[in-house]
Amino acid sequence: MTFKEIQKLARAEWDSLYYGEIPLILVGTATCGRAAGALAVVEAFEKEIVRRKAAARVIQVGCMGLCYTEPLVTIIKPKSFRVCYKNITPDLVPRLVEGYILGDDPCLELALGTLAGGNGEAISIPELSRFEKEPRLIMRRCGYINPEDIKHYVASGGYSSLVRALQMPAREIISQLKRSGLRGMGGAGFPTGEKWELCQKAKGKPKYVICNADEGDPGAFMDRVVLESDPHQVLEGMIIAGYALGSSQGYIYIRAEYPLAIKRLKIALDQAQEYGFLGKNILGTVFSFYIELESGAGAFVSGEATALMRAIEGKRSIPRARPPHSVEAGLWGKPTLLNNVKTFVFVPLIIARGADWFSTIGTERSKGTAIFALAGKITNTGLVEVPMGTTLRELIFDIGGGIRQGKLFKGIQIGGPSGGCLPASLLETPVDFDSLSKAGAMMGSGGLIVMDEDNCMVDTARFFLDFTQKESCGKCTTCRIGTKQMLDVLEDIVAGRGKIEDMDLLVELGEDIRDGSLCGLGRTASNPVLTTIRYFHDEYEAHILEKRCPALVCKELIAYYIIPEKCEKGCEHCVLNCPVKAISSDERRLKIIDQTKCTKCGTCLEVCPAEYNAVVKLSPPTLVPMKEG
Amino acid sequence: MAELKERLQRLLTEEKRDKRHLISLLQEIQQEFSYLPREVMLEIAWFLGVSPSTVYSVTTFFNQFRFTPVGKHPIRICLGTACHLAGGKLVLETVERELDIKVGGVTADGQFGLERVACIGCCALAPVMTINGDVYSRLTPLKMEEVLTLLKSGGESERK
Ligand SMILES: Cc1cc2nc3c(=O)[nH]c(=O)nc-3n(C[C@H](O)[C@H](O)[C@H](O)COP(=O)(O)O)c2cc1C
Ligand code: FES
Repeated sequence: MTFKEIQKLARAEWDSLYYGEIPLILVGTATCGRAAGALAVVEAFEKEIVRRKAAARVIQVGCMGLCYTEPLVTIIKPKSFRVCYKNITPDLVPRLVEGYILGDDPCLELALGTLAGGNGEAISIPELSRFEKEPRLIMRRCGYINPEDIKHYVASGGYSSLVRALQMPAREIISQLKRSGLRGMGGAGFPTGEKWELCQKAKGKPKYVICNADEGDPGAFMDRVVLESDPHQVLEGMIIAGYALGSSQGYIYIRAEYPLAIKRLKIALDQAQEYGFLGKNILGTVFSFYIELESGAGAFVSGEATALMRAIEGKRSIPRARPPHSVEAGLWGKPTLLNNVKTFVFVPLIIARGADWFSTIGTERSKGTAIFALAGKITNTGLVEVPMGTTLRELIFDIGGGIRQGKLFKGIQIGGPSGGCLPASLLETPVDFDSLSKAGAMMGSGGLIVMDEDNCMVDTARFFLDFTQKESCGKCTTCRIGTKQMLDVLEDIVAGRGKIEDMDLLVELGEDIRDGSLCGLGRTASNPVLTTIRYFHDEYEAHILEKRCPALVCKELIAYYIIPEKCEKGCEHCVLNCPVKAISSDERRLKIIDQTKCTKCGTCLEVCPAEYNAVVKLSPPTLVPMKEG
Repeated sequence: MAELKERLQRLLTEEKRDKRHLISLLQEIQQEFSYLPREVMLEIAWFLGVSPSTVYSVTTFFNQFRFTPVGKHPIRICLGTACHLAGGKLVLETVERELDIKVGGVTADGQFGLERVACIGCCALAPVMTINGDVYSRLTPLKMEEVLTLLKSGGESERK
């Protein structure tokens, strides 16, 4: 089949599905949807359709990034509006089938909103104020197409950039990328066109193309969502890279913890091969390109470029000193191009719409969009895709919906273990590579954790350092031993054993590790600590000088206490539920916590009925009246 | 032992006989046996023509590999960023206390194993864990105890 014929076939199929006579039910079944029970919803729909003898099709799609609405269901009905339903459970399915598949009631009380045009009663999702700020590029198809059907991708424009690229001279592709201003999305922001050019000019054969899908930050998942929801766009970018650099072998290095992404990638690779976009003589040309999947074995440092190549070679993934750079001597000592998942996604877009178009998006020095994984105390958890240069305030309040339960915003942690913590006073900071670095943080992985008054910044710094310390590969002494020393100091501080000089010690150690380490892991490991010391000095002082945790988090610095005046004496919830039997009733039936037995698990606070609210956390623990000792 | 060898031979196919497949072979073997038995690691070293210490150095480097069997119900508690901030550690401590095991351990009867994982991508539902692949969300120590009680009594706990 020629590409035109494939396109025609794909479009016909797409039109009959999305604009045909039979209602279409889309269920988001990416990992996040599954966790919320999406597969049970698919099953419920399939059963109900049979039971009611209704005409409808169920299709599993990826994730729109609206994690707080999962399981998310979209119903597309001929000559009627398309409605998205949020938090759908199997018991709501009969209602939807009865209402909107069989009848004409769109069940708007269950809806998040409508797609393409509201009806006055329901909000139109594309017109939601957040989407005004989210002109999505990378995620534009996520949640709308079936990621396991290449025809959906082709019908929505897929692989036409490859067709175009195959008719362009390689240097023209590279010069487009250079002019577009695209920078690597793997965190460090290296100019992509320049990297491709270096690799293209490098001597040595064969050359390799690698996609970095290791995504090691323990709080980011955008690469996974892209691969689970629209995998072909990554393949298309890689194939174009192979053509431009004269390489015939690509690898995708993906974490083993992403089984669904691996499964969907395998399907995508098979289908791309079947339709002639991959493999020998692509689309009838002399160009051949193959892609293999390599699954990572769970080491954060494997995400570092040189370490990743060692892992593919079957070795311990330990970074090496540069030069030589990987573009000249990478995998098996051959010229190798390594880019992040999202970087490859931008390539077909730039080929299709042009470098000039791309360079209008974003800021002077950071072009395009960036995806962030919003989590923590934010109302709308999930993924957001915004143009570079959007401010943190817009990201958190306009798109993210602000802090949950009316709590007070304290700060954010951006960029994962290499990133930093920024306070409320920096909310006007634009998110782009350079502004974030200037503030002491980093674009990094794109993890964005929002913290409120109940989160302790010292504990957060300790958390990230604990992670990097465990993940340090041990090659550089400063990183191996320095991070351990820093961690020890932080453990002391959160346990109330800190000394005021410790803060200077942490800064000194942090700077030494930064200067004395070979790879990005060590060079950025101290960022979370250095930024919290810089912006949340008072919290460190409270821990050290007053043995007090202002957020009431650090276990050694808090105690649980039952306020006698509030305790409804007849009730025994706390006594019965305490897992270590630390709570007893005295002769007046007042509840008392034996502080020597208490493990501070918080169960008593959880079970104390809301109308009494008698259990509180106190810090420092010495605030507990003496007789309870 | 004979049976172990046989299961192993099925995985050690000729096209895999190259040092570069060491990690993927180990992954497949762990998938099959749930851990890496000592004899098996020696066998791989011989198969690929590398020293046992090379195999050992790779297996100890990556977090994915384990040297003891997992329990019948592996409890995987997420301690990614979002889950940590939402109190994942308290949930972990509950399991440690109730089952009297530490992270990486298995209960004496082989029923439960405890592991920590980093972000499984359900941050919106933090803190979360998986048992036998099912996701349990918005956990608290109390909820955790209930899940354990149910599982111990052999009942399938209600999801979430
Ligand atoms: C410790 C460490 C972990 C990294 N993890 C990742 C990762 O998970 N994914 C990624 O794309 N890049 C990661 N990087 C960055 C890569 O080294 C590399 O810069 C990037 O993949 C290049 O792609 P880009 O030019 O498209 O950004 C990591 C770097 C370090 C130092
Ligand atoms: S941090 Fe636990 S699911 Fe993301």
